[in-house]
Amino acid sequence: MIYLQVLANGLVLGGLYAAIAVGFSLVWGVLNVINLLHGSFIVLGSYVAFFGYAYFGIHPFISAAIAGLLLFALGYAVQAGLVNRVIAAPVLITLTLTFGLDLILNNAMLLVFSADYRKVNLASPLGSLELGPIFLPGDRVAAMVLAFLLTALLYRLLRDSRIGRAIIAVRMDREAAALMGVNVSRINAITFGLGACMAGAAGALLSIIYPISPLNSSLFLGKAFVVCVLGGLGSVPGAMVGGVALGLIESFGAYWFGPEHAVTLSFGLLLVLLFVRPSGILGKRGYE
Amino acid sequence: MRDWLILLALALAASALPLAGDNYLMRLGTIVAMYAVLAQSWNFIGGLAGYPSFATAAFFGLGAYTSAVLLAHGAPTGFAWGAAGLMATLFAALIGGAILHLRGHYFAIASLAVGEVMREIVNTTPDLTGGGMGMNLPVPKLSIAASAQLFYFAMLGLAALTTAVAIIVQRGKLGFGLRCIQQNEDAANILGVNAYGYKTAAFCLSAVFSGIAGAIYASWVHYIEPPDVFDILLAVKPLVMVLLGGLGTVFGPIIGAALLITFEEVVWRSFLTIHAAMLGLIIVLLVLFMPNGLLALVRSWLERRRKEGKA
Repeated sequence: MIYLQVLANGLVLGGLYAAIAVGFSLVWGVLNVINLLHGSFIVLGSYVAFFGYAYFGIHPFISAAIAGLLLFALGYAVQAGLVNRVIAAPVLITLTLTFGLDLILNNAMLLVFSADYRKVNLASPLGSLELGPIFLPGDRVAAMVLAFLLTALLYRLLRDSRIGRAIIAVRMDREAAALMGVNVSRINAITFGLGACMAGAAGALLSIIYPISPLNSSLFLGKAFVVCVLGGLGSVPGAMVGGVALGLIESFGAYWFGPEHAVTLSFGLLLVLLFVRPSGILGKRGYE
Repeated sequence: MRDWLILLALALAASALPLAGDNYLMRLGTIVAMYAVLAQSWNFIGGLAGYPSFATAAFFGLGAYTSAVLLAHGAPTGFAWGAAGLMATLFAALIGGAILHLRGHYFAIASLAVGEVMREIVNTTPDLTGGGMGMNLPVPKLSIAASAQLFYFAMLGLAALTTAVAIIVQRGKLGFGLRCIQQNEDAANILGVNAYGYKTAAFCLSAVFSGIAGAIYASWVHYIEPPDVFDILLAVKPLVMVLLGGLGTVFGPIIGAALLITFEEVVWRSFLTIHAAMLGLIIVLLVLFMPNGLLALVRSWLERRRKEGKA
């Protein structure tokens, strides 16, 4: 019976991991940019939720939308103003650029918010859910459901909207998309903005579960890496599958080997996967 | 020939530093020499072959821990340092076999993950490495000034050796092959360059000196812990230094190391709380406005002057 509980924990964790990774995967897949700012974007989203709740009493689930909008603007500006200038340069250049930007953003957050760990303590938590032998904290489940909803929303946006189709066109063939009249640098900026938006919203949802501190950004970034490689790059279903897979692996790994090996396990898995199947579980071209 | 003369002049000039009799300068010089080794090492795989490696920290930490464990078991210092280099090389050959077939971002991520896994392995084997508690190393029975000189010259010698190897490699077949791989790996393969072998050689070259530098560093500071010697910045700073000096050049890494460390020292002293942001700012400005490094800038300036002189 304990396995059911471990399974449920893994699924809840997996939903959140999917939301953390999907924006990162989108930017990597469409722009071929590894956005090392992603972890700090998530933390920034958490701070929006924290201060929203502390000063205005806005529930983190509602401030997820606010954080998403704010981070979209920030992401759009970063891409349009800085990253677009070197978008055609080799991998090393864009990677180094986002690393430098992350140093600046993270340092700014340390100065403004300090390194202290904070947490959103909800005045009226949802209590716990009891499904037969399984116990689950209600807030976590609600956050997971919202995370899945957000991811599904992004999926619909990419499939059904004009902008979404343009993003996928750029992902498939940059030159051809440009010839068809797609404004590629604008689509780049929107894509980067969407990635940041997902990061911010996910960060706001995470604020009720994880402690908040700028020091956590590399942790989230690492998870995003593993999920992307696990599920396959640049597809929403890939991020979903990768997120759930990582959640289950960490949950069962912690149960069998002890929680101190969780990081080794996930990074070791990353290396093995890169070796045997670099395209991931659902890897295929074209962002759907 | 010119490269060898420059190297000799640099080494002689650097050897004169202890005459200043300033322990702070000696310390700074040791750090610059250490980063020159790391930047030069990264240049083999990153600058010549064009593979964005983040494994420098893994090699450095592996070297530091190999040497520390051997020293703790009573091995002589020179043997421990050599073994550290050997261990890092073997590790690079092994890991390289697994990740060098990846390209672009995938290689970058895999090499980054190697460092993280190494750190976690050290963290979870407290019996051998002290785990998160770190390891103390035996303190040599020398006066402070003498040991400062010893480690300065050890690092300096290693930096000179690494640069000498860089000169030989860049002139030789290996360097030529690596440049071909950077330009177009598939074409290089078709033309008969053993891309896989060359890449592995470059990866091993980037490991051996980083490993020894880690070993010397460990002996120098007497105490190591996983977050210190597997620090991601140990992988990123050498890369920034090479970008600063000039990608794929012989002396670019040394210039970059000297400039960045000097700059950091100044920033550390005056703006302690924002030094990370300042480093970030340098990186951003560098990437946006000077992606070819200082040497290229100087070279194009010289060329322009020459042309103006003729006209």
